[in-house]
Amino acid sequence: MSDTVAWVTVLGAGIGCYLLKLAGLAVPPRVLDHPAVERVADLIPVALLAALVAVQVLSTGHELVVDARLAGLVVAVGLLLLRAPFLVVVVAAALTAALLRL
Amino acid sequence: MTALSPAERTSIVRDSLGVGLATGAYGVSFGAVAVATGLSVAQTCALSLVMFTGASQFALVGVLAAGGAPLSGALTALLLGTRNTLYGLRLAPLLRWAGLRRLAAAHVVIDESTAMSVNRTSSAAARVGFLATGWSVFVLWNTATLLGALAGNALGDPRTYGLDAAVGAAFLALLWPRLADRRNQLVAVAAAAVALGVVPVVPAGVPVLAAAGVALLVGALSRRPDPTEIPEEPR
Repeated sequence: MSDTVAWVTVLGAGIGCYLLKLAGLAVPPRVLDHPAVERVADLIPVALLAALVAVQVLSTGHELVVDARLAGLVVAVGLLLLRAPFLVVVVAAALTAALLRL
Repeated sequence: MTALSPAERTSIVRDSLGVGLATGAYGVSFGAVAVATGLSVAQTCALSLVMFTGASQFALVGVLAAGGAPLSGALTALLLGTRNTLYGLRLAPLLRWAGLRRLAAAHVVIDESTAMSVNRTSSAAARVGFLATGWSVFVLWNTATLLGALAGNALGDPRTYGLDAAVGAAFLALLWPRLADRRNQLVAVAAAAVALGVVPVVPAGVPVLAAAGVALLVGALSRRPDPTEIPEEPR
């Protein structure tokens, strides 16, 4: 990959991603007045965050993997049930995984 | 618009900075991974500054590292970026910004800023959560990217510090308040199952998008409004 191709890829995809963000904010509010659209827009973050958790914790590339990350997530669930603050949950999950890998 | 009490504002900003710190720090690993793929330090930093959506950035670099064509890397990044469009759709009536403010706000429409604003009970609180989270992640993510790119492989594997586990925990903590509702629990479980199910057969980044199909399906078929929905503000 030449340097020029790399720059075109980086900047082109970057500007494209910005325009995708802007498009969402610029859609007229009345589009959301439709109840089905509103329900979908409400459920999207739930579905995507759940998928991000699953993919982040249980996969590496194209493989499903169970490793120290899952132990970190279990600790996170326990702390969330105890209503621990966000940062405590995140740091504890990282520490758990790091200690298991020693 | 209801005014925001100083105590509530402080609490939102503190939580937002926590998210910024936790997420932003992961930029170190992005910087390191990107230069290891063959991008220059300047190109790596440009990705974080211009694209600024972690999953898309990792997807682009991941495709290039796996030997994929630059075009397919860019398309994967864009495909993954479409979820920010959906977030924007959700945020627009809540933030209610136009003109230059909207142009600036659009840049920080990401997982974290969305999650830290859509659960708020007023437009004022949503705006504070959105801006404090979005821009603190932006500053820290870009600083961390530069550090990671400069340190390169010298830093070693970010997994040593459990940073990969931290990201999963952060996403879960963001999701947590929405799991009080039974339907949302089912959507979350189904979405996770769909994403994991397609991991072996589709390009990186697509599993998360496939999971959005669950939200589309349930949203289109169910009749009941979401009880965790943001209440309308008195006009």
